[in-house]
Amino acid sequence: MARPTSASPARTEPTEAGELVARTHGRFHVLTRYDRRVLMLMVGIPLLFDVILIWWPTASSILLSFTDWDGIGDLTSQNFIGLNNYQFLFTGYTLFWPAFMHNVIWLAWLTFIATPIGILFAVLLDRELRGNRIYQSVFFLPVVLSLVVVGFIWELQFNPTEGFINNALGVVKSGHIIDWLGNPHLNLYAILIATSWRHIGYIMVIYLAGLKSVDPTLREAAKVDGANEVQTFLRVVFPVMAPINVVIAVITAIEALRAFDIAFIINQGKNGLELLSILITNNSISEASLVGRGSAIAVILLVISLGPIIAFLARVMRTSQ
Amino acid sequence: MSVLARSTAVARPAAIAQRRFRPGRVILHTFLIAMSAVWVFPLFWAVYSSLRPVGDTIQHGYLSWPSEGLSLVNYQTFLTQADLPYYYLNTLVVAAPAVILTLIVASMIAFACTQFSWRFNLTVLMIFTAGNLLPPQVIIVPLYHIYLNTPLPMFGSIDFGQFSYPLFTDNNLLYGQYLGVTLIHVVFQTGFATFVLSNYMKTISKEITESAIVDGAHVLRIWWNIILPLCRPALAAMATLLFTFIYNDFFWALILMNEGNKRPITSALNNMQGEFFTNDNLIAAGAMLAAIPPILVFIFLQKQFIAGLTLGSTKG
Repeated sequence: MARPTSASPARTEPTEAGELVARTHGRFHVLTRYDRRVLMLMVGIPLLFDVILIWWPTASSILLSFTDWDGIGDLTSQNFIGLNNYQFLFTGYTLFWPAFMHNVIWLAWLTFIATPIGILFAVLLDRELRGNRIYQSVFFLPVVLSLVVVGFIWELQFNPTEGFINNALGVVKSGHIIDWLGNPHLNLYAILIATSWRHIGYIMVIYLAGLKSVDPTLREAAKVDGANEVQTFLRVVFPVMAPINVVIAVITAIEALRAFDIAFIINQGKNGLELLSILITNNSISEASLVGRGSAIAVILLVISLGPIIAFLARVMRTSQ
Repeated sequence: MSVLARSTAVARPAAIAQRRFRPGRVILHTFLIAMSAVWVFPLFWAVYSSLRPVGDTIQHGYLSWPSEGLSLVNYQTFLTQADLPYYYLNTLVVAAPAVILTLIVASMIAFACTQFSWRFNLTVLMIFTAGNLLPPQVIIVPLYHIYLNTPLPMFGSIDFGQFSYPLFTDNNLLYGQYLGVTLIHVVFQTGFATFVLSNYMKTISKEITESAIVDGAHVLRIWWNIILPLCRPALAAMATLLFTFIYNDFFWALILMNEGNKRPITSALNNMQGEFFTNDNLIAAGAMLAAIPPILVFIFLQKQFIAGLTLGSTKG
C-alpha cells in the first residue's frame, strides 16, 4: 500500500482529543500478564469466530468452485474437476450472463441515477430552508424499512390489475395491461425504482453529514470569488468531499452486488430478475445441490466485490496512519 | 459552525428582505414538495389499501373512495390466522441477544485495539471490517454446510402455544436454530460495529486508560466502568442501527432455517406469500405490520439511527 504523502487539506475532524496524546509506544509493559491475557481473549475469541464463520467459508467457496461436490459425503480428490465449473458458467449456463448483466445494470442504475439523486437531495437540503427537517425525514423514511417490505409496498404500485400505476394510467379498464413485474424487459427496472426509493434516502443522509463537515469558509471564499452554487459545488465542495465520495461509491457498489431480497420476494429471482447472488443459492442450496457451480458463481461475486472492499480499506488505512 | 458562518449574512437587513422573494427558493420548494409527495405516496397507498376491506375494492376497484368505510379487518386476519405475534417474538429471540452480544464483543475489540498499541491493531480491524463488506452470498454455501455439520447438545426449551423456543437447539444441529441465526448476525455485524466503535474510541484520550492502569485497575474494569460509559452515545446509536439491520434481515434466516414458523418476521413474510397474500389488501396489511417496529424507530430513534449510519461512514 502506497504511503499517503499528506493528509487532505479539507479534512476537518470535529473531535481531535485523541490526537493530542500521540505518545503511544513503550506503554505496553505496564500491563500485567493477566491484563494482557484478557486483552488477547477480547480480540482473539471474536477473531476466531470471524475466521471460522466468514473467512474459512470464503476460502472454502474458492476451493469448492473447482469441484463437483454435491454436498453429501466427504470431499475427495476425485471431486476436483479443475476449471470445468467456470467453463460451464461462461459458455454453457444460460442464466449466468443474464444474471451478470442484471448486476451490471443494477450497479449502473445506482451509480448514475439513484446515488446522484441522493447527492442532489443532500446538496439541496444542506442550507437554511423552511421545512428542511420535514423534507429530510420524508426522504429518509424508506431507509429504515427492509427491502422485503419495500418490495411489497411497490408491488401494490406495480401489480398489473390491482396496482396503482396501471389503474391510474387507465390501462386496466382499456385492457392494455402493462405487466411491470412479469415482463422480463421491464421488471428489473421496476424493482430498481423500488430499490432507489430506499437507496436515495440512504445516500442523502450520509452525504448530508459529510457536507456539514466541509469548512464553511471554503464556500464563503468561492462566493466572494463570484462562483454560483453549481460551480461552488462542482469545483470546491465535491473535490473536498473526496473521502466521503469514496464511501458513497463503495456503499453503492456493495449494495448492487448484495442485491437479493427484493428480487427474491418478487419472483424468487427468475424471468428477468436473475442475479448472481440468487443463482448461488438456487444452484447450491434451494433447488439443487450443485455446490461446485454455486461456489464458482460465489467466487466471481467475490472477485468483483474485492474492488470496492479494497478501495474502502485503502481509505481506512490512509486516514488512520 | 455553519450556523455561525451563515448568521453573518443574516445580520444584514437587506439580505433578510431579499430572502423572502427569491424565485430560486420558490422553485426549490416546489421541487422538494413534489419529490416529497412521490416519496410518501407508496407508503400512503399501502396504508390506504391495508385499511380497505377486499369486498370494497373488488366492487369499486383499487382506485376509488372507500364506500364502506375503512376497517382493520385485514390486520385482524394476520393477527389471528397467521400467528403474527409469534413472528415478532421470533425476531425478538434472534435480535435481542444479537444486538447485546454484538455491542459487547465489538466494544471489547475496539477497546483493545484503540486504547493499547499492538503490532496488529490495524490488521485486526481490517479483517473484521472486510468481513462485513463481503456479500453474504459469497460465504453462504460453505456456511450452510458448516451449520448442517455442527453438532450441538440439546438443553430443553421454553414453549409458547404452538411455538417452542429451544435454549440451544432442538435438532442437535446449529442449522435451523435461533441460536445459529443469532450467531451469524453477531459475527457479521461485529465487523461493522467494531469499525464504528473504534472510530469513536480513537477520540477518547489514551491517558484515561493509562492512568487507570497506573492506579491498578484491571482492563475489564476499565472497559466496563470507564470506556463504555464514555461511549454511551455511540452505543445507543449502534444499538438502534443493529436492531434495525437485524430486524430487516431476510437472507440469513431464509437460508439457515428450514422451518417456516421459526423464522423472524421479515423472512417469514416470504412463506406467507402463498397462503395469506391472496390480494393486495392483505399484502398491504402484512407489509405494514412488518413495518411497524422500523417505523417506531423512525419516529422515536431517528437521531440515533442517523448517527449510527454517519458515524460509520464520515469518520475514520
